[in-house]
Amino acid sequence: MSVENGIGASVRRKEDQRFITGNGHYLDDLNRVGQAYGYFLRSPHAFAKIKSIDLDAAKAAPGVVDIFTGKDMVADGIGGLICGWGITSKDGTPHKAPPHNSMAVDAVRHVGDQVAFVIADSLQQAKDAAELIEVDYGTLTPVTNIAKALAPGAPQVHEEAPGNLCYDWELGDKTAVDAAFAKAAHVTKLDLINNRLSPNPMEPRAALGEYDAGSGELTLYTTSQNPHVARLIMSAFLGIAPENKLRVVAPDVGGGFGSKIFVYAEETTTIWAAKKINRPVKWTADRSEAFLTDAHGRDHVTHAELATDNDGKILAFKVSTQANMGAYLSTFASAVPTYLYGTLLSGQYKIPSIYVEVKAGFTNTTPVDAYRGAGRPEATYVVERMMDTAARDLKMDPTEFRLKNFIQPDAYPYETPVIMTYDSGDYPLSMNNAKGMIDYNGFAARKAKSEANGKLRGIGCAAYIEACGIAPSAAVGSLGAGVGLWESAEVRFNPTGSVTVFTGSHSHGQGHETTFAQIIADKLGVPIDSVEVVHGDTSKVPFGMGTYGSRSLAVGGSAIVKAVDKIVEKSKKIAAHLMEASVGGIEHEHGVFSVAGTDKKLTMGEIAFAAYVPHNYPADLEPGMAENAFYDPLNFTFPAGTHIAEVEIDPATGVVDIVDWAASDDFGNVINPMIVEGQVHGGVAQGIGQAMLEGVQYDEDSGQLLTGSYMDYCMPRADDLPNFRVATTNTPCPSNPLGVKGCGEAGAIAAPAALMNAIVNALGKDIDMPATAEKVWRAANSN
Amino acid sequence: MYSFDYERPSGINEAASALGEDDKFLAGGQTLIPTLKLRLAQAGKLVDLGGIAELKGISSNGSELSIGAMTRHADVANSADVKSAIPALAALASHIGDAQVRNRGTIGGSISNNDPAADYPAALVGLGATVHTNKRSISAEDFFVDLFETALEENEIVTKISFPIPEKAGYAKFPNPASRFALTGVFVAKTANGARVAVTGAGPSVFRQTDMEAALSGNFSADAIAGIKTSASGLNADIHASAEYRANLISVMAGRAVKAAS
Ligand SMILES: Cc1cc2nc3c(=O)[nH]c(=O)nc-3n(C[C@H](O)[C@H](O)[C@H](O)COP(=O)(O)OP(=O)(O)OC[C@H]3O[C@@H](n4cnc5c(N)ncnc54)[C@H](O)[C@@H]3O)c2cc1C
Repeated sequence: MSVENGIGASVRRKEDQRFITGNGHYLDDLNRVGQAYGYFLRSPHAFAKIKSIDLDAAKAAPGVVDIFTGKDMVADGIGGLICGWGITSKDGTPHKAPPHNSMAVDAVRHVGDQVAFVIADSLQQAKDAAELIEVDYGTLTPVTNIAKALAPGAPQVHEEAPGNLCYDWELGDKTAVDAAFAKAAHVTKLDLINNRLSPNPMEPRAALGEYDAGSGELTLYTTSQNPHVARLIMSAFLGIAPENKLRVVAPDVGGGFGSKIFVYAEETTTIWAAKKINRPVKWTADRSEAFLTDAHGRDHVTHAELATDNDGKILAFKVSTQANMGAYLSTFASAVPTYLYGTLLSGQYKIPSIYVEVKAGFTNTTPVDAYRGAGRPEATYVVERMMDTAARDLKMDPTEFRLKNFIQPDAYPYETPVIMTYDSGDYPLSMNNAKGMIDYNGFAARKAKSEANGKLRGIGCAAYIEACGIAPSAAVGSLGAGVGLWESAEVRFNPTGSVTVFTGSHSHGQGHETTFAQIIADKLGVPIDSVEVVHGDTSKVPFGMGTYGSRSLAVGGSAIVKAVDKIVEKSKKIAAHLMEASVGGIEHEHGVFSVAGTDKKLTMGEIAFAAYVPHNYPADLEPGMAENAFYDPLNFTFPAGTHIAEVEIDPATGVVDIVDWAASDDFGNVINPMIVEGQVHGGVAQGIGQAMLEGVQYDEDSGQLLTGSYMDYCMPRADDLPNFRVATTNTPCPSNPLGVKGCGEAGAIAAPAALMNAIVNALGKDIDMPATAEKVWRAANSN
Repeated sequence: MYSFDYERPSGINEAASALGEDDKFLAGGQTLIPTLKLRLAQAGKLVDLGGIAELKGISSNGSELSIGAMTRHADVANSADVKSAIPALAALASHIGDAQVRNRGTIGGSISNNDPAADYPAALVGLGATVHTNKRSISAEDFFVDLFETALEENEIVTKISFPIPEKAGYAKFPNPASRFALTGVFVAKTANGARVAVTGAGPSVFRQTDMEAALSGNFSADAIAGIKTSASGLNADIHASAEYRANLISVMAGRAVKAAS
């Protein structure tokens, strides 16, 4: 028996009706009675001491309610923003986390740093008043580039971090790696830059704070991917209000890509200020502020070396990376270039020994933190660019070189030298599948045809792996995480048989309202239109760790399954009572409970009704039908696959035309293939953006952001993208009840390496991302 | 945005006399409104030219095509008159910005703004057009003075642009990948008086490539200019492209414009 709109059905997204008809409730759509508007005066300098701030004229301006500075928050006992993951350096010292006040106290450290919060009756009045604030800055020489920041003699961004060093971390067995390199037949070396990206969610960040003087309760509406974590940090570390007096609501949120995981200064300032003035305050970022202050992604400089033997077998891998943290340590910044990066450097390969060291440092730039993929795209980029480069050195076909070194399908569980235990997969299958999809073997003929037309043609692949379903609490705890990464769910039947699912996984574009409803439809036979998914409100949902790291389905979905299991268990007891059978004799399938060997049966709806109208009900059972569950994963999940890109280059202009794209992904079981395909498209689009178009640039002398608008920061558009061939293979995940692995980040992880390998293949020489037309033109026309 | 007054006169003279020292004419608003919104500019009053009927419309008499200053890019792109007289001009207009921009932005606003990366200046100079104002007529080459600078005086309103109809013309644009303005665009025209080649996007303001004009006047074919290079010195250099790359694009786009000419 199968169920309509159950697991595996490409159900149209329930939420899209409200989104595409303009009926969503994004943050800026919300307004409270008596609301005032907040505007941040931001630093025009990359690095400066604040000598004085004169607010007098601004406070006297029309409509101004009040103006606050960092000193006011400190005086009020409000703590600084924190980084929730402690990294330990090689020498055993903890990472340096210099003070990070919501607003600058005595210095500004990047262009856009918060200097004052102006609150007025209207936004225009707040902006007008901000122009009247006089700040006396003593400007300092900034440093924006990570390699320069870590070099001797660089300007010091924080006194607390000498040499701008946040940490100098390592993982793996250096001795074993050095020994393997010493006897290797070949050593391939590669230098790479992973370009800094701006996240660009469609909805800019915003916050609306409200204080109820009667109850003493504060409510913060905010664009967050994890409202409970925001509440926890604001209560425990900043001291804004006790958790029971602080409600955080993240309504419809227009995308995040990671950038809305973090607790930001604007949110903490807004909610604090609402209490100070005893009036609701709304702050909405404009796009310029988003470019300046949304945490950026990537920004690594890496040197890597791969040792191979005469048969093309990999012997050892060593990687040395410098990671730019920006001006302050953002909420999870420290983990991204370490435990989300170094641990994935084994890729899909059997590599006997690996050693990675990462120096993270501070610069006068926007803080850098997790962005779609977070550490794993950087790892895949290093591994997969290296595999192509090594294959070229060894004069082997890059796919053959990979196939020769893949972890084999019978090798699971497979423990890598960088502390991951891969649980399942079939890497040769994904690779061969992708090769078939793109007619890899026909490439030579296509290349000849392009050459006859004066064009260059290249093909390149990326066999990526990611660790998702973040994450087993004990594992991350032992690696320095300040929180456990489980998830919660409640499945609550209403008396008439409809269901409300409360989940800690926040949806900001992922389609949870549909996918989670499909799980309920499948397991309990409730039509998806009768299932409501509630998320994003700390006063409604038990607790939630939020959405990131492709964890919603693997962790949040598993919590729902656990709650469903409890519902089924209780329902069997009710069914047994009502049908006068033994509990052991009740069979359950898709919400139908039957007595084995008879035609007696009851539906889930009938049982739920009996639970709420318990006129005929088991004496030992509580009425009602609602169950709670918390799920802590046993392991990470390991989505993996191969993407292959094919490009044609016009050497006259350097324009790269992506002519074909094959994505063969193993996400384990798939609940909604259409949503999964959409996630792959979106991820690949972002990966293509990174590889060819995007890149945050600062002026190195002034520290000014040069790419502060869409006139200069190039986002991928539909006409930059090819038609994607997308397919999935399936090795179900053995560690969660749904057998799912996660798909949200895969495209962004695979695409940059695949595309760059194709471009490098066409050019016959290395170039760095982004492969702009000019860079490609120069490479195509130089010897 | 700072507050401003707004006026919508219905005649050209009325508009000219309505404009005070701190005031600005408003056409499609596609450049002006964003700069006001970002507080990069301030106006005491906006004098909206949208209510002046005589500034709109397209006409052709067989030897000359006339386009009113307030004619929107979309109207130029879709005009049967333009398509038959100078198809390259219609094609150029169809690639300005996006649909919203083309439905608001005007030819008069575009040339009065003289963005170094705008498309229309190449067509005006490439076709040897004349800019008519409420005060005088100015040849396109004299009109575009420098970066964001034109020959327009205070209170001077562009009323229409007249284009001599060429034997054939072509435009090739290499868009800036981010803004989609012209990183380099080349407009070529074959006229009774010889060939004209105008380059936008590459320099501080539109300019003629006279070496190419000479070569094309003898032989209007891509081969004729295949070897002709433009010096990079004086060309724009920014985060999107170096001067050398723009110089290369002039050669490539010129060849493509000649091939596309019809
Ligand atoms: C997203 C985007 C993409 C764009 N892409 C391109 C592109 O690819 N190529 C391109 O060429 N352009 C592009 N543009 C610019 C567009 O073409 C604008 O329409 C043009 O720059 C200005 O025209 P407007 O009618 O909007 O003028 P406005 O913005 O209203 O005015 C511009 C200036 O001209 C003055 N002015 C306007 N009309 C007259 C007149 N008749 N007489 C005297 N002064 C006048 C105004 O006072 C103002 O100073 C783009 C714009 C945007 C927003």
